[in-house]
Amino acid sequence: MDRKNDRYLKENQVAENGLLDRRLFLKKGLQFGVITSLASTVTISSAKDKQSTSQNKSSDLTWMHEPGKSFSTYGLPSKFEDNVLRYPSQNEAVPGNGVSWTPLHLMEGAITPNGLHFERHHNGVPQIDPKKHRLLIHGLAKKDLIFTIDDLLRYPMQSKTCFIECGGNSNSGWNSQPSMAEAGYFNGMVSCSEWTGVSLSILLEEAGVDKKAKWLIAEGADAFAMQVSIPMKKALDDAFLGLYQNGERIRPENGYPVRLIVPGWEGVLNVKWVHRLKLSNRPVMARNETSRYTELQPSGKARMFTFVMQAKSLITSPSAHMILKQSGLYQITGLAWSGKGKIKKVEVSADGGHSWAEAELQEPVLDRAFTRFRIPWHWNGKPTILKSRATDETGYVQPERQQLLKERGRQGFFHYNAIINWHVDNDGFVSHVYDKDETKKTNSDISIDSDWN
Amino acid sequence: MIKMKQKKLIPILVLIAIGISFLFADTKNTPRLGQEITSEEIAKWDISIFPDGEGLPEGQGSVHEGEKIFQSKCIACHGKNGLGHTADQLAGAQMSLTSQYPEKTIGSYWPYATTLFDFIRRSMPMNAPGSLTNNETYSLTAYLLYLNNLFDKDGKMTAKELAEVKMPNQNGFINIYEMEIIHK
Repeated sequence: MDRKNDRYLKENQVAENGLLDRRLFLKKGLQFGVITSLASTVTISSAKDKQSTSQNKSSDLTWMHEPGKSFSTYGLPSKFEDNVLRYPSQNEAVPGNGVSWTPLHLMEGAITPNGLHFERHHNGVPQIDPKKHRLLIHGLAKKDLIFTIDDLLRYPMQSKTCFIECGGNSNSGWNSQPSMAEAGYFNGMVSCSEWTGVSLSILLEEAGVDKKAKWLIAEGADAFAMQVSIPMKKALDDAFLGLYQNGERIRPENGYPVRLIVPGWEGVLNVKWVHRLKLSNRPVMARNETSRYTELQPSGKARMFTFVMQAKSLITSPSAHMILKQSGLYQITGLAWSGKGKIKKVEVSADGGHSWAEAELQEPVLDRAFTRFRIPWHWNGKPTILKSRATDETGYVQPERQQLLKERGRQGFFHYNAIINWHVDNDGFVSHVYDKDETKKTNSDISIDSDWN
Repeated sequence: MIKMKQKKLIPILVLIAIGISFLFADTKNTPRLGQEITSEEIAKWDISIFPDGEGLPEGQGSVHEGEKIFQSKCIACHGKNGLGHTADQLAGAQMSLTSQYPEKTIGSYWPYATTLFDFIRRSMPMNAPGSLTNNETYSLTAYLLYLNNLFDKDGKMTAKELAEVKMPNQNGFINIYEMEIIHK
C-alpha cells in the first residue's frame, strides 16, 4: 500500500515536498482513496479533542426527536461557530479610534459576510438617520447640487464585487519580529463584498464637471469628518456611491447610509458616511493624505498618494495557530487580490520558496476582488515552510519580504504586501516566520500594531 | 461633384449624432434629482482648507491662548509640550526622518501648516469634535507651530499669517500618483 502511495504521489507531484497537481481535487477526487492517512481538514489547536467517527447513539441526536426552533426575522450563525469573530484593537483613550480585523483564517469562499467585514474608524461609528443625511456636490461644477438618500435610491444602480483593503493592512510586517497573531488578525484589514450603488459619473455629470476640476475632495459625516482627495479621473472612471452591501443596506460600521467605493484603491479613500464631494483643481492636503497614509522611505522622503493596493496573497489554511494532526493529504487554500485588476495566477511553495506550483483559482476570477486559490498537498510530517505568491494581470508579482524592505525600508507603515511564510514544525504546529536571512540586528521594534491614531 | 460629397456627408452626420446621443445616454436616463443649493448654504458645510489658505475663516489667535486650550483639552492624549502619549507626538522631534527611529511631528513631517487648522477644527478634540471656535483653532494652531519653532511666541495668528508659514518638510514628499500618470 505504501509503495502504491509513493508512486501515486510521485506521479502527481508538481513541486517539491508534496505539492500535488491542482486539478486533483476537482477531476480525480475519487483516487484519493489510495492515500492511507487522509486528513481531510486542518483543525485548529484550540478545537476539542478528536471526535469519534463512530455513529452517535440515536437518542443523543435530540434535534431529530423534537421539533426545531421557530423562524427568525434575521438569521444568525450557529452557536457552535461563536469563535468566528472580528478582532478589535482600539486606542486606549479613544475607543472609537482603531480597527477590527476580519477572521480570514476561519472563512472560506471569496465573499465576506457583512458582520465580519473589517472596520477602521477614526472616531467611532455614527448612528446616522438616513432622513437627515444629505449629499452635497459642489465646487468646480456648473451647478452645486444636494441629494437626499431617497433621491439616490431612485438612480440607476450598478453592482461590483470588489475588495476594500486598509492601506495599513499587514503592517506588522514592517516590524523586525514576525506577528504571532492568527492570519486574519494581522492581515484581515481587507474584506470583499458585492457593493451596489450609483455611479459617481452620473451625479458628477448632472452637476456639470468644470474642465479645471482635477480632484474630488470627499468628506464623511462621522465625528472625525474624514476628508481625502481623490483624482477626478478615478472618480469618473469607476468610483460609485455604495448603498447596498451583499444585498442589504450597508451596515453602520461600513458607512450607512452611503459610502464611497473606489475599487482597488486604499481603504481610506472609500469614505464611509460620505456627505460632501467638492470638485477642486488641486488636492486639499488633508491630515490623512499628508501626516498619515504617506510612507516614509529610507531617503527621508515620503511616498504620497500611493492609492493602488498592489497584488497580495495569503494562505488562510493551514495558517498560524493551526495544527496538522498527522502527515497526509491537506488542502492548501487562501486568498489573492490586486488593486490593478484580475489575479492571473497564484503559486504555492511547500519548501520555503525553492520550488513553486500553480494553484487552482476558483471561478469566477473577478477584477479587483478576492480570488480563492487551492492546491492539494501531501505533508510528509517534517518541518517546512509554506508560501504563496500572487501575480496579477498586469504582470506584477507579489514581492518577497526582503525585496520589499530593500525597496521601501522599514518606516513606511502602509502598503505592506510581501509574501507570508507559514512554518510547519515536527508536531504539525503552524506559525508565522520570516526568511532565515532576516538579521536580528535591525531591531527597530516600534510597536506598529498599537499605532492606530 | 460638391453635391455628391454632401450626399455622403449626411449619413456620416447622422451616425455622429447617434454616437453623441449614446455618449450622454447615461445622464439622459437618470432622474436628475439634485436640488440646487446657494453658496450661503454651502459656506455652512464647506470646512476644507487648502495649502494656500483658501477656505480659512476670519478670526485670530495667539500662542498664549493656544497654550491654555492645549493644557485643558489636548494634553491628556498628546502629552506635555505635545511630546505624545496615547495620541501622536506633535512636537519636539529629536530623531531625523532618516534615522532608525524617525519622529514624524508637525515640525519634522507635516508639509502644510493649513492642514493643522483644517484638522483641528473638524476632528479635535476627539471627545468633542467641532466644538472649538475659529479663534480657538487659530490659537491652537499658533501654539503647535510655536512648539515646533515655526511661529513667534508673540505673533498674532490670522488667515494671512497661517498661509505664509513655510513648513520645513514641504518638499519631503513624492507624489506617486502623478509620477505614475506621467510614466504611462
